[in-house]
Amino acid sequence: MLKYVLRRLATLVGIVFIISVGSFYLIHLLPGDPATVILGTGASPANRAALYKQLGLNKPIVEQYFVWIGHVLHGNLGTSFISQTSVASTIRAAYPIDLELIVLSQLLAFAGAIPLAMRSARKPNGLLDRLLSAGSFTLLSIPPFIIIVVLVLIVSIKLGIANTGPSSFVPLVSNWRVNLTSMALPSITLATASFVLYFRVLRSDMIATLQEEFITMARSKGLSQRRIMWRHAFRPSSVALLGTAGVNIGGLLAGGFVVQYLLGIPGLGYTLISAIASSDYLLVQGIVLVVSVGVVVINFFFDFLTSVVDPRISRE
Amino acid sequence: MSDRLDEGTGLEPLRAQRLGPLFWVCVGWLTLNVLAAIFANLLPLVNPLYQNYNVINAGPSLHHLLGTDDLGRDILSRVVFGSRVSLAVGSGAMVIGFGIGMPLGMLAAYRRGRLDAILTAVMYVLLAFPAIIAVIAVISFWTPRTLLKIIVVIGLASVPLVYRVIRSATLAIAAKDYVIAAKVQGSTDRRILVRELLPNIAPIAVSFLLIGVATVVTLEGALAFLGLSVNPPTPSWGNMINEARTVMAQNPWLVLFPSLALCLFLLCLNFIGDRLRTYFDVTEVKL
Repeated sequence: MLKYVLRRLATLVGIVFIISVGSFYLIHLLPGDPATVILGTGASPANRAALYKQLGLNKPIVEQYFVWIGHVLHGNLGTSFISQTSVASTIRAAYPIDLELIVLSQLLAFAGAIPLAMRSARKPNGLLDRLLSAGSFTLLSIPPFIIIVVLVLIVSIKLGIANTGPSSFVPLVSNWRVNLTSMALPSITLATASFVLYFRVLRSDMIATLQEEFITMARSKGLSQRRIMWRHAFRPSSVALLGTAGVNIGGLLAGGFVVQYLLGIPGLGYTLISAIASSDYLLVQGIVLVVSVGVVVINFFFDFLTSVVDPRISRE
Repeated sequence: MSDRLDEGTGLEPLRAQRLGPLFWVCVGWLTLNVLAAIFANLLPLVNPLYQNYNVINAGPSLHHLLGTDDLGRDILSRVVFGSRVSLAVGSGAMVIGFGIGMPLGMLAAYRRGRLDAILTAVMYVLLAFPAIIAVIAVISFWTPRTLLKIIVVIGLASVPLVYRVIRSATLAIAAKDYVIAAKVQGSTDRRILVRELLPNIAPIAVSFLLIGVATVVTLEGALAFLGLSVNPPTPSWGNMINEARTVMAQNPWLVLFPSLALCLFLLCLNFIGDRLRTYFDVTEVKL
């Protein structure tokens, strides 16, 4: 187990290194001199000198990377020349919103997917199963940005429910009721996409598990249906579910960009899109780095969970 | 006992399963979409950029079958012309993804050895990347944004996924007797790859391709919705929905029609891909 975790950790470090090189190199994708693009043509020499120093632009490119990664490892992602604030503090203010969004949507998705998948798997091709399968297949083809637009159209415009529409966001600490109301539509949107994935994965795994001999054994012992489903069938069926959930987090963040953008919720996604619009390249670079590393770390965590649920994975 | 029943030649279930009428409805709708996008210039449509200020935010009528937007532009025409962007990105990115990923995957699975080990390691590291964020990052820095760059970036991002699917499909087939027979006969590697392996992984490749196109089109839609795809006034489904959200309260049609067009398109692609997968009895990871 320890060996497995250490091996995965080594891969994680490798991937994070490659991500850092990629994020570093983004600045050099800009056409022409990065300083001119970042600061604009009318930049003062003092600003130019500051940026050159911050990015180490007059050094060879390999050395530039080490200057940059040295700063990053000290928590210094640079200072935005557009807003004159440090990139790290902007990110620190924004990321709790993304976390809240992910937690809420995942709670909703699991709360819906697990019981429904179990119900469905009990009678494959039954009426409920057919309905749910067709419904989830249809939902699979509706991108999150359409779900959120339609939800906003119906709930906040047609029904006129307060605090659900664009720019109604209030931080969790200042008023949690209003915060939860304003997070409802985005959470439901992200939950829908996850729900469809989780439902489909868990349903097919449950159907397979329920045909195993130990389930027949449990039935012949006269155990209740509920006990068989939750205690015997759920755990062996949940390995792929956890894997899917881990991979899904990346998509969830991107889906989060969309809902935040539409509703003006100032999380990382919204900040990223506004930074791109205002050509705040250092902020974009910082967010890309933090989000990518975050996704990889979350994937790692779910891999670890999978090996806890099914220890055989770590022994192969 | 059920195990024994399932043991067949693998050919019977292929014939037993029908594609069903819904499959052909989807094929028809997709064909219609593609034809309309290609021949949009020849269709009796208003110029998608023409602004008629006499009919602003009009609902569906005989003159404008799907109504007009806040600048008096014909929505039907914009939906049809907008499909060009989705189709271009979807097919272009998949041409790049399969063009690179498929030969690499086939070669790696057929040759095995060091080539396979290195390629697979590289692809798995790339797969761990949150591709969507990488795509957004590159597109936002690599200015000015053009359709071609978007296609290239998304296409390259899809290479590791294509590689993984094609490699595992080829692995299964490369061990089959007829491949070994071809080798014993002294067929060249090239002949085995093209004449023996390619036709047999084609069904997997096609069903995965369709689902891949759907994924890419969704991604382009999200980018366009965020204002990171082709620049207005060129219509695309994504940027139409984005532009419409500001006048959503006054004119809901504006949001609904491009959304509907996109969803139907994706639904058909997914449905056909899924059906083909069961038809050819392929159990394969999804994109």
